[in-house]
Amino acid sequence: MNNLVEINNLHFLRNNRPIFQGVDIMIPRGKVTAIMGPSGTGKTTLLRLIGAQLQPSQGQILVAGENIHLLSRHALYQLRKQMGMLFQTGGLFTHLNVFENVAFPLREHTKLSDAMIQTLVLTRLEMVGLRGAHLLMPSELSGGMARRVALARAIALDPQLIMYDEPFSGQDPISMGVLVKLIRTLNDALGLTSIIVSHDVAETLDIADYVYVIANGKVIGQGTPEAIRGENTGQLKQFLEGLPDGPVPFHYPANSLDHDLLEGAIS
Amino acid sequence: MITCIINSITALGRFGIDTLQELGKAGTLLFRVVFRLPDVRKGFPLVMQQVYAEGVLSLLIIIVSGVFIGMVVALQGYHTLVKFGAAQQLGPLVALSVTRELGPVVTALLFAGRAGSAITAEIGLMKATDQLSSMEMMAVDPLQRVISPRLWGGFISMPLLTIIFNLVAIYGAYLVGVKWLGLDAGAFWSNMQSSVDFHSDVMNGIIKSVVFGLVVIWISVYQGYETAPTSAGIAGATTRTVVYSSLAILGLDFVLTAMMIGGW
Amino acid sequence: MLSQRTIDTFVGLFLLAAIGALLVLAFKVSGLTSFFKPAGYVVTAQFDDIGQLKVRSPVKMGGVLIGEISSISLDPTSFKAVVTLNIDKKFDAIPDDSSITILTAGLLGDNYVAITPMYSQTYLKQGSNIQDTHSAMILEKLIGQLIYKLGNSGATPAATTTTTTTDATNKVGAKHE
Repeated sequence: MNNLVEINNLHFLRNNRPIFQGVDIMIPRGKVTAIMGPSGTGKTTLLRLIGAQLQPSQGQILVAGENIHLLSRHALYQLRKQMGMLFQTGGLFTHLNVFENVAFPLREHTKLSDAMIQTLVLTRLEMVGLRGAHLLMPSELSGGMARRVALARAIALDPQLIMYDEPFSGQDPISMGVLVKLIRTLNDALGLTSIIVSHDVAETLDIADYVYVIANGKVIGQGTPEAIRGENTGQLKQFLEGLPDGPVPFHYPANSLDHDLLEGAIS
Repeated sequence: MITCIINSITALGRFGIDTLQELGKAGTLLFRVVFRLPDVRKGFPLVMQQVYAEGVLSLLIIIVSGVFIGMVVALQGYHTLVKFGAAQQLGPLVALSVTRELGPVVTALLFAGRAGSAITAEIGLMKATDQLSSMEMMAVDPLQRVISPRLWGGFISMPLLTIIFNLVAIYGAYLVGVKWLGLDAGAFWSNMQSSVDFHSDVMNGIIKSVVFGLVVIWISVYQGYETAPTSAGIAGATTRTVVYSSLAILGLDFVLTAMMIGGW
Repeated sequence: MLSQRTIDTFVGLFLLAAIGALLVLAFKVSGLTSFFKPAGYVVTAQFDDIGQLKVRSPVKMGGVLIGEISSISLDPTSFKAVVTLNIDKKFDAIPDDSSITILTAGLLGDNYVAITPMYSQTYLKQGSNIQDTHSAMILEKLIGQLIYKLGNSGATPAATTTTTTTDATNKVGAKHE
C-alpha cells in the first residue's frame, strides 16, 4: 500500500459554514507531505479529521486502508497509538516535568519496566536534543523547546504517522532551523510518514517531498516543491509570493469610500 | 411593533432551546464520565490527588468560616433568646441551624467558590492549551483521566467538609455561648443532645451535602469542558460555575428541606 | 505536585478528621446513645386515641427513656389504635398490670408514652399486652366537655370545672426534663 492516508471527496461543515468542499489528498508512505494555505482555511481541522476527532459530513478518510470514521472506539484507539500529533501550542501537560511528559504514552500503553521507560524517554529526548532538560517543568521551557519536547512525546511509541500543526509559526530563526532539521531527519531515520500543515512557505518547501495548497475549501494546487514554485497563476501565486492583494482581496468588503466619508453617519 | 414582539418571542424560544441543549450536553457528559469509571489501579491515585486538591486544600476556608459562623449564630441567638428567658435553648438553636441548613449550604457555596472555580479554570486551561486533545490523540481518554477523578474527588470531599464544618461551627458557638456569655456548659450540651436527632438532623444534612457536592462538581466540570479555549472564555466559564452552582444549591436546598421536613 | 505518598497521607488525615467529627456530632451533639437498636422485647397496648403519637416516639418510665414505639396500626374489628412498643431488655421487671398513658412533653411538645408501674409480681415479656391504657388528652374534647358542663350546670359548675381542669393539668403536667 503506497498511501498511508487517503482523503477522498471530503466535505466538512462547521456551524453551517463549508470548510471543505470536495478535497482529495493522498499521503504517500515514508514521505514528508505539506498541506499549506491561508489562515482560516481549516488546516488544523483537516488534521483533526484525520485523527478522527471530527466527523466529515461527506466523503471518507482512509488510514492504512481503514475508514477511520467507521471504526469502533477500541479499534480507533489502537489506530491512534500509531499516530503522533504535534499541536501548535505543544500541548505538554503542565503538571508533569519533561521526562514524565515524554514517558506518559509509554506508561499508559505499555507495561514496560521503569528502567526500560527511562531508556526510551532519554533516547527520544536525545533525538530532539533536550536530554539535559529532562527535569524541567513545561513552564520553564521556551516555546521552541516545548515543541521539541512535544515532538519527543509524539514519537515515544514509534508511530507510523506524524502530523505537525503549524510547527514553524512564531519561532526565531534558530529554533526554526532546528525544527526543520528534526522533521526531515526523523522522517528519514525512523521511516515515518509526516504531514506538515503550515503557512510558512519557505521552510515548508525546503523539506517537503510533496505539497498541497488548499484555499476556499478546495485544493488549488499540488505537486513537488519545484513544480509549485513555478506556479504563477492567481491565488496560488499570491499565496506563494506573499502578495498583499490579488484573488484574496486586501480590502474587507465595504461600501464605497465616497459613501462612508461624505454621506454623514456611516450605516 | 409586531416584529418587535415576534423577535422577542423568537429570542425566548431560542434561549429555551439553547438551555435545553446545554442541559443535554451536560447530562451526556455526566453519563459518559460516571459510566466510564477510572481504571481502579491507575484511577485510585488520581482520585486521591483530587480529594487532596479539592478537599484538603479547602479545609482552611471551611474551618475558618465554620468557626465564625458558629460564633455569630450563637451571639445573635443569645441576644434574641434571652428576651424570652430561653437562653438555655442556645445549644439546640445553633446545632439545629448548623446541621440542618448552614452546614451543607455554606460548605457547598464555599466549595463552589474555591474548588469548583479552580476545577473549571484548570479543565478550561487544559482544553485551551490542547492538553486534552493531545491526550485524545495519544489514545488516552481525557474523560477517564482528567474529568472522572475530579468528579469523584468532589463527590467524596463535600460530605467530609460538611461534617467538619458542622463540628467546628458548634464548637465556635460553644466558645461564645459558654466561655464568653457565661451559659452553663452542662445545660448547653444536654439541651442540644436532647433536641438534635442523629438521623433526621445530622444525617439529613449530610445527605444534602452529598447532593450539593454532585451538583457543584458536575457544573464545574461541564463548564470547564465546554468553555471556549480563550482567556475570555475561561473567565466566563469560572464565573458561570460559581453563579450556577450557587443558584442550584439554594434551589435544591429548598426542595430537599421540603422533602425532609415531612419525614422521609 | 507533592509526591503520591504525601498526598495519600494528607487525604488519610482528612478522612480521619471527618470521621472523628462525625462521631463527635453523633454522640456529643445529638446524644445518640447507641447506633443499633438495643435488644428489646415487644409489647402491645390499645388506645382509643393516640393523639400526635408517632413511630419512634419515646417510651418513658418515671421520666427515663426505656424504649420506643415501633409501630402503630388500627385494629379493624375493635377500631382501637394498636401501638407496639419496643422496650429495652434491661428493663425486664415491669409489672404486667402497669398502666400506660400518652402524655405531652411540655405544654406544646411531642407526644410520648409513659408507663406507671403497679404492684403485680408477674412481669411484662415479649408479646405481653398492657391492659390499663389512657388515651391522649385531646385539647378540643376537653374544652368541649368544659363548655358542656359549664353550660349544663346550674348545680356545681365550680366543682365540676375544677375536677375537669385538675384532671387536665395532671395529664399535661409531666414536664420534659
